[in-house]
Amino acid sequence: MSAQAPLLDVRDLAVSFTTEEGAVQAADGVSFELRAGEVLAVVGESGSGKSVTAATLMGLTRGPNATISGTAVFEGTELVAASDEELQRIRGNRMAMVFQDPLSSLDPVYRVADQIVEQIRAHRDTDKEEARERAIELMEAVGIPDAVGRADAYPHEFSGGMRQRVMIAMALSLDPALLIADEPTTALDVTIQAQIIDLLRELNRSRELAVLLITHDIGVVAEIADRVAVMYGGRIVEYGTAEEIFYDPQHPYTWGLLGSLTRIDRPRPQRLPQIPGMPPSLIAPPEGCHFRPRCPHAFDRCVEVPGLEARLPAAPGHLDRCWLEPERKSELQKTSPLRGPG
Amino acid sequence: MSVPSQGEEAGASGTEFSLDSAEELSGDPAERPGLGPWRLTGRRLRRDKVALVAGAVFVLVVAACLAAPLWADHVANTTPEENHLSDQVTIDGEKTDVVDLRGKPIGPTWNGEFFLGADSNGRDIMVRLLYGGRNSLVIGIAGALGTILIGLVLGLLAGYYRGRTDSVLRWVLDVIWAFPVILLGVALGTALALGGLSIGPITIEGDSLAIPTLIIAVIYIPYLARPVRGQALALREREFVEAARAQGMGSLRIVFTEILPNVSSTLVVFLPLLVANAILLEASLSFLGAGVQPPNPSWGTMIAEGVDRIVTAPHLTIVPGAMLVLAVLSLNVFGEGVRDALDPRAKVRIEH
Amino acid sequence: MSSGMARFVIRRLLSMLLVLFAVSVIVFLIFNVIPNSDPAVRMAGKIPTETQVEAIREEWGFDEPLYVQYATMMKKLFTGETISYSNQQNVTEEIWKGLPRTLSLAVGAALIWMAFAIALGLYSALRAGRLSDRFLNVLALIGISMPVFWLGALMSYYLGHKLGIFPTGGYVEFTENPLDWFWHLVMPWTALSVLFIGFYSRVLRSDVLETMGEDYVRTARAKGLSERRVLLKHVLRNSLIPIITLWGLDFGAVIGGAAILTETVFSLQGVGEYAAESIKQTDLPPIMAVTMFGAFFIVIFNTVVDVAYAALDPRIRLDAEGSR
Repeated sequence: MSAQAPLLDVRDLAVSFTTEEGAVQAADGVSFELRAGEVLAVVGESGSGKSVTAATLMGLTRGPNATISGTAVFEGTELVAASDEELQRIRGNRMAMVFQDPLSSLDPVYRVADQIVEQIRAHRDTDKEEARERAIELMEAVGIPDAVGRADAYPHEFSGGMRQRVMIAMALSLDPALLIADEPTTALDVTIQAQIIDLLRELNRSRELAVLLITHDIGVVAEIADRVAVMYGGRIVEYGTAEEIFYDPQHPYTWGLLGSLTRIDRPRPQRLPQIPGMPPSLIAPPEGCHFRPRCPHAFDRCVEVPGLEARLPAAPGHLDRCWLEPERKSELQKTSPLRGPG
Repeated sequence: MSVPSQGEEAGASGTEFSLDSAEELSGDPAERPGLGPWRLTGRRLRRDKVALVAGAVFVLVVAACLAAPLWADHVANTTPEENHLSDQVTIDGEKTDVVDLRGKPIGPTWNGEFFLGADSNGRDIMVRLLYGGRNSLVIGIAGALGTILIGLVLGLLAGYYRGRTDSVLRWVLDVIWAFPVILLGVALGTALALGGLSIGPITIEGDSLAIPTLIIAVIYIPYLARPVRGQALALREREFVEAARAQGMGSLRIVFTEILPNVSSTLVVFLPLLVANAILLEASLSFLGAGVQPPNPSWGTMIAEGVDRIVTAPHLTIVPGAMLVLAVLSLNVFGEGVRDALDPRAKVRIEH
Repeated sequence: MSSGMARFVIRRLLSMLLVLFAVSVIVFLIFNVIPNSDPAVRMAGKIPTETQVEAIREEWGFDEPLYVQYATMMKKLFTGETISYSNQQNVTEEIWKGLPRTLSLAVGAALIWMAFAIALGLYSALRAGRLSDRFLNVLALIGISMPVFWLGALMSYYLGHKLGIFPTGGYVEFTENPLDWFWHLVMPWTALSVLFIGFYSRVLRSDVLETMGEDYVRTARAKGLSERRVLLKHVLRNSLIPIITLWGLDFGAVIGGAAILTETVFSLQGVGEYAAESIKQTDLPPIMAVTMFGAFFIVIFNTVVDVAYAALDPRIRLDAEGSR
């Protein structure tokens, strides 16, 4: 990796919402980098803050109830402080997003090609025929058979996987540098999931398209990610390359995530390991490390919030939020009950 | 070494984060033990001062109308039909004709007798207002209850049984729906007023209050039955219904023990609205002469009499109308409060 | 027209015919069968004479079996041979005379209430929760709580009689004097619209709010569309769909009936007032005719609206074939 500036540089991003019940700290101290052409996967369970982070980058969480702080520099523009107009110019154009449920994410009363054309013409001075041709090209590029014939169909006339391809085609229409994919496969069948992930990987390679992939499925991460950020309770708890995360995980929560993977190269466990307890309430989160109440290895220092730091001299890019000593971590990453038997 | 889990306190349900329900992220505090959805609704309703005031106003109106005989006997010293055409009252020491030589009745005296004035027949308006209110309210409330009773059953059956039952019932609803409300009411009202109604052993006289009540109840059936049907259709696919079926519960029992309670929130929202509309409909029908028949008073007939003489005695129109608006408005405001209490999510979305 | 659409239209037409048949039967039942008294006497009106009653009985076939009576009634109504026995007028002719007045009232009011309801509803939705929204909400609630005829009467009295701004009532033919025609209709239009504006603006408000929370609106923003475009092309377009059906239903209802009240108060002498007069005289043939035609109109109009709805929302067409 060269020393050029990253495509997206997020520092200390924090998002909170005021609700009837109090302030919800949905994301706290989120920092990561994404380089051009790289795939960064953000993994975590529901409520971990991963979707909020992604949506905030696009400016979709702005509103009277939201308090956003921190910085996110994308291609030289600072997104958090940017005006609505500036953001609108970047959205869909340099930075695009696909969402989880393609059926509800496409407007049911407009034809598919028209929706793609709408995006193109919102940012470029293109005439309708040209835009339509481009839309059909894109539909072909993402693998929709008979794109010409299906262009005038309505969203509900497609199957789930095809709809997601349409959304991806739409997102790519202006050749963005970054594609944010928020759980793009969660609503799809397993076989279709694989196809979509393959498609994303292909697009990443052929177009130098950086991908920020949000998912709760760590198996998907293994397939496609260059770097990984693990989120829990609104914070990033571990951050590093895919190899580092999979082969040298430093945070107990990551161990738990990995422990939940069934592996074909090991004898089948009697029971899948579970992390006891529930995710934290983000209105009244636990003091200190958010994972503390569920962590079998917590000790007294854990009531102090661990910083997201590099604790391994040999891996300056591998950050984590855990006070345990690195030697202890090396030991526990294999033996912790969170990892399950074997 | 292990720290007690804060799981119970957190109560987070692991719901998917969605951009417009930040409330869910906090874990629904409603899921604390002991507070069911009805208790919560009650709490939210109690916090809604405006709705409570409106509800109280309506109750006051009803109470006042129920107390009509008390007012008539002890304060106004007259009955709703009694003519005082040739009488005189003392206002500020002066003796004034109740109805003057040109036929113009006195306006509000703000005294016990003729508190709100007299109508062109010399009758005490306040007394008629209260008695008429009794009729209007009884018809409105009873009509609404009738609608709920029949509409609920039809909607539930249509939604749960689907197939042929549903087709037939929907067709029936469509037919009732096809008639413009007023026209249907008018048609039924005039036809039945002339000779009364007899279904088998039951005979109802033409000028009975039961006739407008029945008419109103029937007219509004589709308004309730359709949403109920829609809900029943959706609910029958839910797991708890499948579970009940698996347990061997008969269909009818499922409808009444599983589906009905879940439809009750729709009912609760509809009730105030139905009563409000029923009262308005009764007034419209009576205004046209197809509702409450003379000499029975109702707010609608009073307005009709007032409109005829509006130029000389506007208070004859204003008074019953204002009372009507008060009753209906208070019901509508209260009904809105109930709806908000049942579904506060609508508010959360707003603030995003 | 795509085949999906064609099939939908045919199904709706068939259903419409069935309903029309049922409506005619019900009108028949209401007027001739259910009530307790002698139908011939009822028809004769307020002061029937023996000979009159006998004549009516023969003309309408009240001695015949029910289905013959039904056929007679249908024939008389639809071939314009119905006469009111109270005043010897031809019912169908009277209805024709009153129709343009009723239509002027209904169409004008419908356009007004739709325009205002959309504007106010959208405005309220965008300012949701704030003071202006709450204020409009209060106004809307008052609007739906006021009886149309009461409001109309008061308007006529205060604005017409006392202040003389508008004529207190009456109708002027458009062909005679368009300006006068308009001026005479301002108050009736307003009185009739208030109720519906109150109702529809709230429905639209809640529809818009719900639509704004939909995923596809989020997608539209993510595409970088301007907020205005998001609102108009995605939010409003989707929110209007349920409103259009409701509007259609109510328009039919207005023409079919609610206009009665307004016409009476303002002496517009349209079909509604004709019906109202007949009610006062307990003159059955006109009431029967108005009810029948009114209901027919509504059913046909509703079918048209349903078809329009399917044209607007492509998902409905699929629905119709499935387990509807």
